[in-house]
Amino acid sequence: MSDILVSEQSAPGPGGSGRPSGRLLEVDDLRVEFRTRDGVAKVINGVTYHVDAGETLAVLGESGSGKSVTAQTIMGILDTPPGFVTGGQVRFHGKDMLRMSDEERRRIRGEGIAMIFQDALSALNPVFTVGFQIAEQFRFRRGMGRAEAKKRAIDMLDQVKIPNAKDRFNNYPHQFSGGMRQRAMIAMSLALDPEVLIADEPTTALDVTVQAQIMDLLAELQRERQMGLILITHDLGVVADVADRIAVMYAGRIVEEADVYELYAKPAHPYTMGLIDSIPRLDEKGQQLRTIKGLPPNLMNIPPGCPFNPRCPMAQPVCREKVPPLLQVGPARASACHFAEELVNRV
Amino acid sequence: MSENILEVNDLVKHYPVTQGVVFKKTVGQVKAVDGVSFSLRAGETLGVVGESGCGKSTLARVLMNLEKPTAGNVVYKGQDISKLSGGALRRLRRQIQLVMQDPYTSLNPRMTVGDLLGEPFEIHPEVAPKGSRRAKVRELLDLVGLNPEHINRYPHQFSGGQRQRIGIARALALRPEIIVCDEPVSALDVSIQAQVMNLLEQLQGEFGLSYVFIAHDLSVVRHLSDRVAVMYLGKIVEIGTEDEIYERPTHPYTQALLSAVPVPDPTQRNNKTIIRLTGDVPSPISPPSGCRFRTRCWKAQDVCAEQVPLLEIRRSSDHPSACHFAEKREIVASHEV
Repeated sequence: MSDILVSEQSAPGPGGSGRPSGRLLEVDDLRVEFRTRDGVAKVINGVTYHVDAGETLAVLGESGSGKSVTAQTIMGILDTPPGFVTGGQVRFHGKDMLRMSDEERRRIRGEGIAMIFQDALSALNPVFTVGFQIAEQFRFRRGMGRAEAKKRAIDMLDQVKIPNAKDRFNNYPHQFSGGMRQRAMIAMSLALDPEVLIADEPTTALDVTVQAQIMDLLAELQRERQMGLILITHDLGVVADVADRIAVMYAGRIVEEADVYELYAKPAHPYTMGLIDSIPRLDEKGQQLRTIKGLPPNLMNIPPGCPFNPRCPMAQPVCREKVPPLLQVGPARASACHFAEELVNRV
Repeated sequence: MSENILEVNDLVKHYPVTQGVVFKKTVGQVKAVDGVSFSLRAGETLGVVGESGCGKSTLARVLMNLEKPTAGNVVYKGQDISKLSGGALRRLRRQIQLVMQDPYTSLNPRMTVGDLLGEPFEIHPEVAPKGSRRAKVRELLDLVGLNPEHINRYPHQFSGGQRQRIGIARALALRPEIIVCDEPVSALDVSIQAQVMNLLEQLQGEFGLSYVFIAHDLSVVRHLSDRVAVMYLGKIVEIGTEDEIYERPTHPYTQALLSAVPVPDPTQRNNKTIIRLTGDVPSPISPPSGCRFRTRCWKAQDVCAEQVPLLEIRRSSDHPSACHFAEKREIVASHEV
């Protein structure tokens, strides 16, 4: 039964073995604003990125940079109101999800794109057992019976390395530790074998030793399943360990996109440079940290020109007048800075 | 080095676990802090690192005398502060101040910055006579890099980093000798975190402050600390200078902790020592017998279950380490910058 359903799902799409060169998931010039009593906050101002099968894209940014709102828009879980999509597309296998019917989008959720959240305790339903919440998907989406769904759910718990999965099936979320809850949520999101997984700060609430376990697990599952992984985080350390490509966000825009090695070796945007310089490193003995002066802009009142210009050490008059577009500055790398060329060509 | 300004001797803090509503009975103890000793020297920063639930925040509360210890004591310049009360305690509070983690909940939303920073002077009127307080508050704002013109603003009008600066200014108001910082930068974004860390360093230089710097982020602690204590389940497992802990760790837990920290450098991906601990931290209500780390330790032997390893200098460790099998192991390839 389940097999038939799966093949029906994948047959009409462009998927299958010979997946065309088209992108798996693309966000194209997305714009989102939040209309509040105090005014309109322009949270996403033209974000473009994509992720392909088997690839890890890290979306890096500080709070308020729009990284989570972009993910919510992709999943179709943006709170409306106050959030409104005002432009752009989110294409999955070339089809714009923002123009799909609710029914079509629902079918993509879970099987096409799944998401895990920062706070597993509030993402899991406290009044159902963990096992039930995983098995539920097999029953409703795959039409399995109770017993078979349970077997599959236990198998999922096993795959995310929860010890004694059989006994743990009947536990409630509060009986799990923080790391185990995160594992359970990963099991839940991977149950329907999604092609893309969006992980929104999956380890931010966890301790370092547990964080390392969870990141290992995510990387392993991604390799096995050849998923596209969008890792949303503010942690430059985690990114350096797992990402293939990085998109750096600031004030609702992508300011730099590059291969992970290039980005750390030679950032092509002053904001990225500032970020890398301002983190204390475990393997470096302390001197004064270099900082980025000032604060991120108020999204209701983004400064004209480059949104980073009031904080930028390199700012020139042109930066206050013209918004720098995100332009290619090398193979597979782009920067939204008027002086990107100079940054890339510096010795 | 200079003399000890604060000494903590065998500090214990247990919280009772009770059952029943009418007839409460104690069914267990949460051993939040269970025999912690260290000293703080004048002008130094002692970092305390550990994962959640290891007792580091309880330690801060006991150091501040916000909680009475179950046993042991905290001695400030020869005076046992855990026995103080009333006026004597109030006088002591001038010398030890606290900066809290969450700048969103630790500032009263109904008070202006002027009131928030003026309040310490209300409680300790001898520090600043009434007429001079506004000026003092302006001076404080300027000191922590805020605009003195903003004295009449409310906390919600400031960003997280600015609020933490207000928290620091409040701790500084009475010119204390010791500031206990409980996760002061963990709620802040990276670009802001660096600003606040630099501010803390600058103030230390200016006023000769001693810090007890509690945090879970090992990189932040390394950056600021002269000496570091590593806690696990209510006990210090290893203590030493910054170099000793980060370059020559001897306790398996410290080694695992260090190896788990992601280094922001993709070229290090494949040449890192990786020690992956399995499982979670056991419950502090019934910690394992003997060494508390033995349930997750790859070196554990029978002796670890039987004997509690003391925090002492061992044959193969040049600084105190609480492991029967303490052994140097380089985890982080450090370099000067």
